Amino acid sequence: MIDTIVQVVLLLVMPPLLLGVIVKTKAAFAGRVGAPLLQSYYDIIKLFRKGSVLSGTTTWVFLAGPAVTAVAVVLAGLVVPMGGQPAPIRFAGDLILFAYLLALGRFFTTLAALDTGSSFEGMGAAREVTFACLAEPAMFFGLLALARLTGGLSLSGLFGGQVLEAWTSAAPTMVLVLGGFFIVLLVENSRIPFDDPNTHLELTMIHEVMVLDHGGPALGTVLYGAAVKLFVLAAIVVRLAMPAWTDDPLLRWPVFAGSMLLVAVLIGVIESIMARLRLPLVPNLLMGACVLTAFGFVLVLGATS
Amino acid sequence: MTDSTRFLIVGNAEPFEHAAIPRLGFDDFRRAMIEGAAGGLRVGALFASPEGARELGIYGVLLDDLTAAVRVARSVVPVGPFASLTPECPQAHLFEREIAEQFGVEPLGHPWLKPVRFHAAYSGRSQPWVGGPAVIGVTDFYRVEGEEVHEVAVGPVHAGIIEPGHFRFQCHGEEVFHLEISLGYQHRGIERRLAGGPDRRTIHYMETLAGDTTIGHTTAYCQAVEAMAGVHAPVRAQVIRGIALELERLANHVGDLGALAGDVGFLPTAAYCGRIRGDYLNMSAAICGNRFGRDLVRPGGVLFDVEPAAVEGLLARLDEAERDTASAVNLLWDSSSVMGRFEDTGRITRETANEIGLVGPAARASGINRDVRNDFPAGIFQYSHVPISTWSTGDVFGRAYVRWLEVQLSIRFIREQLRALPEGPVLAPCGGLPPGRCVVSLVEGWRGEICHVAMTGPDGRFSRYKVVDPSFHNWFGLALALRGQQISDFPLCNKSFNLSYSGHDL
Repeated sequence: MIDTIVQVVLLLVMPPLLLGVIVKTKAAFAGRVGAPLLQSYYDIIKLFRKGSVLSGTTTWVFLAGPAVTAVAVVLAGLVVPMGGQPAPIRFAGDLILFAYLLALGRFFTTLAALDTGSSFEGMGAAREVTFACLAEPAMFFGLLALARLTGGLSLSGLFGGQVLEAWTSAAPTMVLVLGGFFIVLLVENSRIPFDDPNTHLELTMIHEVMVLDHGGPALGTVLYGAAVKLFVLAAIVVRLAMPAWTDDPLLRWPVFAGSMLLVAVLIGVIESIMARLRLPLVPNLLMGACVLTAFGFVLVLGATS
Repeated sequence: MTDSTRFLIVGNAEPFEHAAIPRLGFDDFRRAMIEGAAGGLRVGALFASPEGARELGIYGVLLDDLTAAVRVARSVVPVGPFASLTPECPQAHLFEREIAEQFGVEPLGHPWLKPVRFHAAYSGRSQPWVGGPAVIGVTDFYRVEGEEVHEVAVGPVHAGIIEPGHFRFQCHGEEVFHLEISLGYQHRGIERRLAGGPDRRTIHYMETLAGDTTIGHTTAYCQAVEAMAGVHAPVRAQVIRGIALELERLANHVGDLGALAGDVGFLPTAAYCGRIRGDYLNMSAAICGNRFGRDLVRPGGVLFDVEPAAVEGLLARLDEAERDTASAVNLLWDSSSVMGRFEDTGRITRETANEIGLVGPAARASGINRDVRNDFPAGIFQYSHVPISTWSTGDVFGRAYVRWLEVQLSIRFIREQLRALPEGPVLAPCGGLPPGRCVVSLVEGWRGEICHVAMTGPDGRFSRYKVVDPSFHNWFGLALALRGQQISDFPLCNKSFNLSYSGHDL
């Protein structure tokens, strides 16, 4: 029960901190002090206190977009086991729910973008769904490989105690799946090399351009939802990368939070040392991620049949 | 007809009598310009000046990079339509639109006759496009129709803090079929106000024609005025002008390299170059108290001397800035992810660059040996040569790499000049201008060739003062560079040209 409460609290409160850590890491590489660690919280609070202007061409979809997206990713976060504990919501087949909660969020974000009728936002929506089409199979192949290894269809089983066993029995598969998931983490959260969350150049954006017309609380919800999505996918990567987990009830949550911050630092380092890809090359890298996880799946099939 | 009877041949900043320009019939003038351009000369300027109420003087300036010859031709036509040069000489295209806009005359057969800056004609005549002086940004944009073709309009209000300009893309999915650039939002009417000068305002107009090219434009102006007045700026002043011009180039080139890195999301170079640009600007401030070189260059010389004590300080700062620049910029060439973005993006072939008359780093990146410091040396560049930096690829990488080559040479030039500063005064008295005098003054600003053409009337005042900023030549190059490119690469291509809106709009 306590673990459930801790997970829910962390899921709701911690995500913006990851953004702050990424920004600080990048600032360190650039020789700057950087924005405060808690800046994302300040931004979100500021936005929620603002009013907003709605375009006359938009409908209820425009405001439903950020709300549905944020709720969908928080729900997805409740299906994912964190801190080595089973998830608050778990049942056989919840991995499908997880994948499609993310898809639902994306669907509503793109719908809200199209609702504005702006050529920019349409362009961004087209890019987002194109890349999502390629990121989704990568994730599914990875989940399938894990399901085969652990013999369950619930994320709590997939990312439960058997991860360690899976590493010992099928390490190559786990490496491939981890690599694939990390790429999915970057693309799903519009990080470099796929997208540049800091750019002001609307023609180059993927995710940011879809929310150009949102302001005030709606934009705050978008930012918050994006932070939660980063948190949820990072939690999966953390679990895969750290198969041995402490059982000490006092230690496991600090270790979890610490390793989440490490993932944020890693993302910050990647963003500091590499440029973003040319847009037409993004699908190639995503295909690469697909191939990684698909091959991991094939390896498991071969090993067990 | 030989060239010497069609053109007056002079040098850069060499004064001549207005009466010495051969007056040709318009057909001869047109043929002379077209044949000159076809023979490898460049249209440096093509403009009109009213001659009485009913006639228009058309002036053409052709530049011969190989022999450092400036060829000036003139024709006088009745105010009204004339045969366009553009179908046979694409370089004339924007110049003719400008003439049509300023004087309400129609270049017949011009294939792309649209407003340049969206202002009313000087004389109040109606302009050759339908509907008279248009609402800015409202014109007959080229459209591509068809399945999956869509139009994207960007600007004039941009997401970043940059100058206003409107860009229309005709896209097929992510691919750009055509880009049309519509400017004029920064039009201040400077060229018109310059007539009747020089007066107390003139120099300040020059300093702010394009705020980042203060030294370039003021040097071109002072060179022109000094030549007409028969004054020689002291050597020490010319050296200081040269140093200031190269500092301006350094600050802007380094800033551009950083901005290019920023556009591809490459953090380290973007962050460091932003700071290092400030170091170069501060060196300008150390000379004249202003980071952009305002109030430094004046007719007759410069207002601020470089004290012997300051030389050592400048040299030390230059060494440090050079080290920092090298380590920041070399990161770009060493990162495959950056090179993957720069290479093969926004390519302009050498043929295209020649045909449309590109200037500056954009031309040199396409393999053209074109640099006023070398081809038409004036001032200190007559005695101290800066080699031309070229590259052959014509893509974003080429334009970035040429900047880096120029940065290194500029630093070397400044160091040499600071070590060997000649003695003497820095300002000579510069009096009034004689009547009926003309001059063509060229300076290699950091963006490329700056061309000023000054003419005085019978009262010794400017009857016409024509300014051609390098951006005027190069905006069209950007539009062509985008053909067949990804629309997401537009900001990168744009930055690799980094053209001035205010310099174009005047």
